[in-house]
Amino acid sequence: MSALAQTSWRPDGASDPLATRHGLIGAPVSRIDGPLKVAGQARFAAEVSMPGLLHAGFVYSSVARGRIKAIDTAAAEALPGVALVMTHRNAPRMKPPALFGTTPEAAGASDLPIMQDAEIHWNGQTVAVVLAETREQAEEAAALVAVEYESLPAVTAFAAAKAHAHPPESVLGEPAVLEIGDAEAALAAAAVKVDLTFTTPRQNHNAIELHAATIAWEGDRLTIHDASQLVTMTAATIAQVFDLDPKQVRVLSPYVGGGFGGKCLWDHQILGAAAARLAGRPVRVVLSREGVFRLVGGRTQTEQRVALAATADGKLDALIHTGVAAMTAHNACPEQFTFPARHLYAARTFKLVQQVAEMDMLANTFMRAPGESIGTFALECAIDELAEKLGADPVAFRRGIEPEKDPTSSHEFSTRHLNEAYAAGAERFGWAKRSATPRARRDGEWLIGMGCATGTYPYYRMPGGAARITLTADGRARVAAAAHEMGMGTATVQSQVAAERLGLPLDRVSFALGDTELPPSPVAGGSNQTAAIGAAVIAAHTELVKALLKLAGNASPLAGLSTDEVEGRDAGLGKRGDAARFESYASILRRAGRDEVTVQAEAPMPLELQKWSMHSTAAQFCEVRVSESTGEVRVARFLGSFDCGRILNAKTARSQFRGGIVMGLGLALTEETLFDERSGRIVNATMAEYHVPVHLDVPEIEVIWTDIPDPRTPMGARGIGEIGITGVGAAVANAVYNATGKRIRDLPITLDKLL
Amino acid sequence: MQRFEYHRAADTAAAIALAARAPEPHYLGGGTNLVDLMRENIERPRTIIDVTALSSAIEARPDGGILIGAGAKNTAVAEHRAIRERFPMLARAILAGASAQIRNMATVGGNLLQRTRCYYFYDDAAHCNKRKPGTGCDAVEGFNRIHAILGASPSCVATHPSDMCVALAALDAIVHVEGPGGRRSLPFGAFHRLPGDRPDLETALGPAELITAVELPAGAAGLRSTYRKVRDRASYAFALVSVAAALRIEDGKLAEVRLALGGVAHKPWRAATAEAALRGKPAGADAFRAAAEAELAAARPLSGNAFKIELAKRTIAATLSELAGARP
Repeated sequence: MSALAQTSWRPDGASDPLATRHGLIGAPVSRIDGPLKVAGQARFAAEVSMPGLLHAGFVYSSVARGRIKAIDTAAAEALPGVALVMTHRNAPRMKPPALFGTTPEAAGASDLPIMQDAEIHWNGQTVAVVLAETREQAEEAAALVAVEYESLPAVTAFAAAKAHAHPPESVLGEPAVLEIGDAEAALAAAAVKVDLTFTTPRQNHNAIELHAATIAWEGDRLTIHDASQLVTMTAATIAQVFDLDPKQVRVLSPYVGGGFGGKCLWDHQILGAAAARLAGRPVRVVLSREGVFRLVGGRTQTEQRVALAATADGKLDALIHTGVAAMTAHNACPEQFTFPARHLYAARTFKLVQQVAEMDMLANTFMRAPGESIGTFALECAIDELAEKLGADPVAFRRGIEPEKDPTSSHEFSTRHLNEAYAAGAERFGWAKRSATPRARRDGEWLIGMGCATGTYPYYRMPGGAARITLTADGRARVAAAAHEMGMGTATVQSQVAAERLGLPLDRVSFALGDTELPPSPVAGGSNQTAAIGAAVIAAHTELVKALLKLAGNASPLAGLSTDEVEGRDAGLGKRGDAARFESYASILRRAGRDEVTVQAEAPMPLELQKWSMHSTAAQFCEVRVSESTGEVRVARFLGSFDCGRILNAKTARSQFRGGIVMGLGLALTEETLFDERSGRIVNATMAEYHVPVHLDVPEIEVIWTDIPDPRTPMGARGIGEIGITGVGAAVANAVYNATGKRIRDLPITLDKLL
Repeated sequence: MQRFEYHRAADTAAAIALAARAPEPHYLGGGTNLVDLMRENIERPRTIIDVTALSSAIEARPDGGILIGAGAKNTAVAEHRAIRERFPMLARAILAGASAQIRNMATVGGNLLQRTRCYYFYDDAAHCNKRKPGTGCDAVEGFNRIHAILGASPSCVATHPSDMCVALAALDAIVHVEGPGGRRSLPFGAFHRLPGDRPDLETALGPAELITAVELPAGAAGLRSTYRKVRDRASYAFALVSVAAALRIEDGKLAEVRLALGGVAHKPWRAATAEAALRGKPAGADAFRAAAEAELAAARPLSGNAFKIELAKRTIAATLSELAGARP
């Protein structure tokens, strides 16, 4: 048994002792970066100043497929302040970035060559980059670049692409087709069933901070101040593109103004670095909002079928979830919308099929809960419809199909407390007051309805992370990992965890991040960062304890103890369960004549994921008001009840859950990237016409959680960054049905669909 | 954005004189629309004449009318006591638009000259007869859910985006302008144009003509009035359909009705047909629906906006019912 929790993945392994400890774990600590941000002192990528800085302006293609026949840069070059115009004719030679997923460090959102030839692959591709002394000059000059295209036939209509849909090789390592028993036969034979089609549109992340990078070469050393959620992978991939050693590329990103999957490696950083090399001067790239829509992919569109067959006693005889997602031939994001159905419910037969339809468009990418967000929309609306056909309450119906172990992998769940989440949520929301009959409640012209849906998101822990701990003789600790702060409170929560693990007060612990000179970190994606860093810190802590015991030597009260027998407490090490055997860090270091001790270690491989089915779940409840006159939908109340293991910081967690739910309200009601199928061009590349929810769209959102530790994870916690958005679309749609009697299966639920 | 020369006009005469001789001039109010369009390279003026130092006075006249200087900020108009008392629909219409920050900058004169929010007008890569006459219209067969159902032409199906102007149309406002040829006054209904085959011409303003004031005649003062805006989110979105309505009921009959629609046409749409159908009739849901049907009989849907016809009818009926029902 290990007190340091390196073996939690083993059936006989011990949990992280922090999983059941209180103190700083779970405390609502305010963000340590808050004062800096409020004072405007947190420096973002677009704010880094450098002498001789040039500013970039971008020219985007206006055809979806074709070749550049002629490109006239003379007028742009003639403007005052313009340093150069880079096109495929003069861009440095670069390799295409390795596609995400092809190697552990590959970050390419697409593996198309970047400005290496005259080929156009999507409407919006960069055809020229202008560098000038000011951003205004660069943008004015960019508008003067005249491009003539030879257009080629392009696949820009989903219906046409769908005719050639096929299962991808894999869906993020999982099989694209998964069948258990004969689900179609079971469906055909069932007395009670639903067989439904759902469609979901393209969406864009729309983080407040625009994509930006400030880039400088010093000989063959490249420094990129980026807005990034994968600094280590960005450095490695940019090194590969420019044929450098990864050590020659440094990526810094201490603050990111919102990521959601969108702040990864796209063409703008690579083009900025290429242009900086060409100019021999540092370059700042700040995409316009339109530029973000043209160069940074979003969530793709899908068409999904969910068919469910019920047995007479309210069990599932068949669960079918199939569908098609639009994709390009050059990216790695098949939008895993069938993932929820693989783990959520017990059924006798399954048919889960993901297909992709290739289109000539900007590479689609990961956006908050890719797959699960829109997959739960389809699945959870269908569950609601089936429960209604059975005359069952949707909460009670779900309780009846709760699986004992993972229904498709047959692995045991590490923990799963969805029923508890539903019970607590239903009680607090007042679910019992809901009428099962639609249109039963109204307030003047406003129809009122309630709906619920299950949210779910997997536990991930990406390999490749490491952490460093420096303990100083004055009883302070500095913890460091490359890592990412996109607004979720990374440094705050990791400081809390480290302080609790070391037995130090919070103000004696700091956490440095956002720099590839620190120990490497995997992507802050898949809601895995807290666990990934947590595992690396556990490994480093084990090394630290080893080093301290060695330094303590035979004169210490700790003499003879092994790492497994001690714990950090009261600013020192002590024997577990023995208050008498203790020595402070200051004392150990002083006696050893050391000012500080530094250790670094890598996180162990995430073997827990091979042994257990590990998923967070949520019960989402929604009350809507729908105008009978105009079809306008207003969300009146929302409650999310989450089972995500231990919650490490009640304040930042609540904020992150709420943020996910707000984004889910956008997914449900307002957000749609309009892709003109004639031209393959996004036509609402602006915050004015891409409708994220505004304050008036967001009601009081209540968030509660089970706080039951997951014994197989660091700190007993599972990630919480994405689950908030899952289930929200269906909870809203089910509430709209309860209010109006109308089932809307096509997102977003705009008022025209309810007239 | 194309480079430009910036001038701040000291008075109206100087502004007009400069606009008459400077290359590619454009008056600048709050800049809340113009500057966006310049950033997008849709508007490319070479001379900017800032007229925000000119009249921003709001003068409540004893006869019940109000004269609003063209430089008055939207917020100042919406908060003005006499406007809230005499013309509540105008205050409500203004507050239904944009955001507080934008309303704090935007001027009354500029509001009249807002350009459409048609996606294709905003995209330099698209075909747009309004932006580049003769190049065609990508909206007719494209995304046109937010486009016109009334008064459109094959050349242009864009809508006017203002909320304030819908109320001004219903209130029979008068637009005072001054240009190289002197001063003139235009009835509000004659200020904005329907697209016809020249959608690039949006108003009756001549070269270098400047809006100096907007007058609210006493005629509509004190009527029970309101503004209802229907849109894709609760705030900060342009109207799919909006309704400015005012009523006076005498002996159960509609002695006076004023009705205008937003989000449905190239200009704020005064619903004269519905008004005529209601005048002198008993107030009631059936009459309101029938009047709405009459007004929308001329509506022509595009591929993506047929819902607006029914939405407009329902919003008219609901707004008038609410006004009539709220009568003390």
